[in-house]
Amino acid sequence: MLKIENLTANVGDKQILKGISLTVNPGEVHAIMGPNGSGKSTLAQVIAGHPGYEVTGGSVTYDGQDLLEMDAEVRAQAGIFLAFQYPVEIPGVSNAYFLRAAYNEVRKARGEEEVDPMEFLDVMTEKLKIVEMTEEMLQRSVNAGFSGGEKKRNEILQMAVLAPKLAILDETDSGLDIDALRIVAEGVNKLKRPDNATIVVTHYQRLLNYIVPDYVHVLAQGRILRSGGKELALELEERGYDWLLETAGASA
Amino acid sequence: MSSSIESLVNKEYQYGFVTDVESDAIPRGLTEETVRLISAKKREPQWLLDWRLKAFKRWQAMTEPRWPNVKYTAIDYQAQTYYSAPRSVKPLQSLDEVDPELLKTYEKLGISLNEQKRLSGVAVDAIFDSVSVGTTMKEELKKHGVIFCSFGEAVLEHPELVQKYLGSVVPYSDNFFAALNSAVFSDGSFVYIPKGVKCPLELSTYFRINAADTGQFERTLIVADEGASVSYLEGCTAPKRSTNQLHAAVVEIVALDHATVKYSTVQNWYAGDKDGVGGIYNFVTKRGKAFTHSKISWTQVETGSAITWKYPSVILQGDHSTGEFYSVAVVNNHQQADTGTKMIHVGKHTKSTIISKGISAGHGQNSYRGQVKVLPKATGARNYTQCDSMLIGNQCGAHTFPYIEVANNSATLEHEASTSKIGEDQIFYCKARGLNAEHAISLIVAGFCKEVFKELPMEFALEAQQLLGISLEGSVG
Repeated sequence: MLKIENLTANVGDKQILKGISLTVNPGEVHAIMGPNGSGKSTLAQVIAGHPGYEVTGGSVTYDGQDLLEMDAEVRAQAGIFLAFQYPVEIPGVSNAYFLRAAYNEVRKARGEEEVDPMEFLDVMTEKLKIVEMTEEMLQRSVNAGFSGGEKKRNEILQMAVLAPKLAILDETDSGLDIDALRIVAEGVNKLKRPDNATIVVTHYQRLLNYIVPDYVHVLAQGRILRSGGKELALELEERGYDWLLETAGASA
Repeated sequence: MSSSIESLVNKEYQYGFVTDVESDAIPRGLTEETVRLISAKKREPQWLLDWRLKAFKRWQAMTEPRWPNVKYTAIDYQAQTYYSAPRSVKPLQSLDEVDPELLKTYEKLGISLNEQKRLSGVAVDAIFDSVSVGTTMKEELKKHGVIFCSFGEAVLEHPELVQKYLGSVVPYSDNFFAALNSAVFSDGSFVYIPKGVKCPLELSTYFRINAADTGQFERTLIVADEGASVSYLEGCTAPKRSTNQLHAAVVEIVALDHATVKYSTVQNWYAGDKDGVGGIYNFVTKRGKAFTHSKISWTQVETGSAITWKYPSVILQGDHSTGEFYSVAVVNNHQQADTGTKMIHVGKHTKSTIISKGISAGHGQNSYRGQVKVLPKATGARNYTQCDSMLIGNQCGAHTFPYIEVANNSATLEHEASTSKIGEDQIFYCKARGLNAEHAISLIVAGFCKEVFKELPMEFALEAQQLLGISLEGSVG
């Protein structure tokens, strides 16, 4: 589904990603872990097509297409979804309106008919249950005045509505209390299907107690230092990142 | 700014065409003779000519205001043409007599003068350069005693009403542009709603400038008698020309006791090209006088004109009267706007609300200028002002000039202001949900303007939203 080969990317003159290779197949959950400033969020943003990052080398193929040639909105329409670490506020635009606009763009791209507000309300009633939100949430402006937990749940709600093929959760667990974490994680698990894949970017192991990964990758200094199964996450929890960084330093 | 924003804000002005009609224009220049000539063309009574001449005399002694935060080369008032009318338009003609070429023009602008095809519930007065082409639904309105006609027609048919109220809110000596208008005004609309009548239709005037080098100086007078109510909307467009054209209008509203007048404007005069060449100079005086328990509400969506100078105001004369001002002003490319309102609290327990949304893109400069004045006898006066600016890109400007004068200690005034920038972040967020940049910007801007749009009559809210999207096109990059 997604094949990243030797990807390098800059912000301004600064190189952040220094050669990332990663393959994600349908049905898989990948966790990307690593210390602050390792390039985890950059990788997520580059896959989603953020214009602030310049890809300087390597390739990314998604469903056989050159992803780097696609505009951000085309990527979203093709089934890539980024749950933002810092969801953005859009005052005056209701959540319902925004979600329906997004839903219809994705439907159009799939060659399906757009839905009207009444039909959309039916869709929403189902989806709201997944993140334990009420309809009142739909009338509020997008993320404006939301608590940290509400913003993250709203991201998962959007994910539920858009039903992506590839979902990337960028530090979705940060700033969540334990109840919100459970709701978010359960939401993600409910949305799992054999034909979609998830990349979970996280700093801590605790989210992975709820969303169990098939693969764990440790990203540091712009490179993947180690890949392994879910037990790697537990090892990191116990030992921290330093031993890996030292090993990498020694081998370099 | 990133390229995604910059590629966005420049769509073609779709109303920029010229109608090929034979016009009857008077020679350029402005003298007492010009004033007399216009008055004669309109077959006006002596009292009105006298009023015009007094205004002209006053105007000659005045100087153009320099305080607005706009820059432009001085206007040569002798180089303008002050009257131009299509030959085919006859005074007091019926709709069946309207030149098909003019009907086509309005069809093209999306305004049907054909009563069968009209937008339901709306009566239209169509002003083309210096004259009214026709007014729809007059018979229907007459049944309710409502008078809706061109100003010129009102002068001939209802002189007592015109004479009583003309200049009662905006005297000819009020300011430079109001004095100019009072001397040379051509056509506009006249509305009278009798006592206790709720106007059954939405009233609307569509202003079109067509002739080159011709100014449009329309004058509109709306009188709502005791307990009456009316909702009125004006729209305006002009052809694309490389020279600037002058538009100096005056609108007066009188809301007698317990009356309600809602006045909405969707202003889309040609704004000039992306380098700031051409466009309309829009210098307008709009003011209402609200008597006891009455309410005057201004809603404006200003997207056009090279320069806008406009402060729709309310004199809260009567006790318990209410004034409202809801405004969205957009400047893009090299447009400049200095707009806002004045709320003058004279009576007791008067209340005013000001919601202003300024959007600046390209090299546009947008100024909010507002005055809230509470006079000594205005016990219990209240004002709420909210003034928000949005910047798109980093070469535009937003400025705020609030003036607050309070002479009564019991007054309550609130003023809130904010400035925000449409960020790449907001746009990227929308794109990451499958919306393209244009869709993202129109959505973000519509959200920003929501409080004002909801004040527009239903039929026009959507149009205003689309218009906003068009005038911002290409501003994002």
